[in-house]
Amino acid sequence: MSAPVDPLDVPADPPGPFQPRSGQRGSGFLTGPLRRGTTPSATVGPYLAIGLTWADGEWAAAEGTEGGFWIRGRVLDGNGDVVPDAMVETWQADPDGRFPSPEDPRGAAAYPGFRGYARSQTLTGEFAVFTLKPGRVPDGEGGLQAPHVDVSVFARGLLDRVVTRIYFADEESANAEDAVLRTVPGDRRPTLLATPAPDGYRFDVRLQGESETVFFAV
Amino acid sequence: MTRSTSDGGLTLPRYLVEDPSQRTPLAFPDYRSTALRAPLREPVDLPHRLTEVTGPVLGEDRVLPHDADLTWRNGGEAVGQRVLVHGRVLDSDGRAVPHALVEVWQANAAGRYRHVVDQWPAPLDPHFDGLGRVVTDDLGRYEFLTIKPGAYPWGNHHNAWRPAHIHFSLFGRAFTQRLVTQMYFPDDPLFGQDPIYNAIPPAARHRAVSRFSLERTQDNWALAYEWDIVLRGVDQTPFEALSEGADDGDVA
Ligand SMILES: [Fe+3]
Repeated sequence: MSAPVDPLDVPADPPGPFQPRSGQRGSGFLTGPLRRGTTPSATVGPYLAIGLTWADGEWAAAEGTEGGFWIRGRVLDGNGDVVPDAMVETWQADPDGRFPSPEDPRGAAAYPGFRGYARSQTLTGEFAVFTLKPGRVPDGEGGLQAPHVDVSVFARGLLDRVVTRIYFADEESANAEDAVLRTVPGDRRPTLLATPAPDGYRFDVRLQGESETVFFAV
Repeated sequence: MTRSTSDGGLTLPRYLVEDPSQRTPLAFPDYRSTALRAPLREPVDLPHRLTEVTGPVLGEDRVLPHDADLTWRNGGEAVGQRVLVHGRVLDSDGRAVPHALVEVWQANAAGRYRHVVDQWPAPLDPHFDGLGRVVTDDLGRYEFLTIKPGAYPWGNHHNAWRPAHIHFSLFGRAFTQRLVTQMYFPDDPLFGQDPIYNAIPPAARHRAVSRFSLERTQDNWALAYEWDIVLRGVDQTPFEALSEGADDGDVA
């Protein structure tokens, strides 16, 4: 019969220092990159009209600007039903392919009457944005991108925005050499094309379904 | 840290893409409205080119003098606990985002929005519309005065209540930095049953919660909460990778 173990007879610690599992005793705070965690997104909710309504929201280009036209379209859910409480935002280059933004390394442009940005809610069943045809913008690989508009869609039921791009169906040759369009499977490219309409173009956003719009991870 | 392009020596930033464990997913089954709205297919990667690294300049011209004080509307004082909400808008590199438009909206003290869709039996406040706008200063700071919003029921599940929150919308300087989010108040007992809060990965939830700020509380006037908003910064090559193989003896 062995002697009973004394629970109070704790063996001495080893002589050397203990080591954390990571092998380093600090957090890496001083040697790691200076980085703060980004604020997580949340849904815009059903009451976005309170905070995000602008009288001039739909006007990426001022009324009457030469060459101006409307882009109109619906946002559709997985049942094919119109989403009446979404907001669509657009951002794009001016007809010269320049941006009214100091972040453009070529310098901020000031095209007359052009803001480049628009926001429109879908209360009527459609969004509507008045704008100009964007010019071609360098693609960073020695080529030019086809005319395009960056789009964000916000809605109740979307915990983050979704991002897509509007290209123009009547820009066939430019579209054929666009570096971004070429990364999209051919059968899905039509979801990115705005089609000519009496006062501009139509572009529907399908959040889900057989012809779900191509969304981009930015 | 940056990448060069071949067009006329354009150098474009590449904005940080945070790990999914730090970002709110688009869909969250417990939040039922996501079922028919969140896209089901994998998004296609979009490299950050000129359209993505630029963004609209929206500032003072979009803000009226009374927009930073939500507690006085229609010639009267809003009902509720006055709170000063303040903080900084930064990017993930710690740099301030100055002169940036911040748009906020919220329910009144009873938890009711001034919106035709909000019909639950809580009173409207004739002196509260729930809309505020501010522009950050040179150091990226912002502050507005409002009343603490009430919690409200929303029918997502039986007895579902949204924790008190203020909706925020920010542009930053680039299309990639656009953010719409919600700010919460510390230690809200409703967090546990709220799928919109719980959709945020656990590691990032604390970033959506403001901090009670006794030092900014105003005597005989208002409580204060501090909330820093961090937009995506420029992607950084980790320091280790840069210094790998570097010979300490070379440092002059
Ligand atoms: Fe809300």
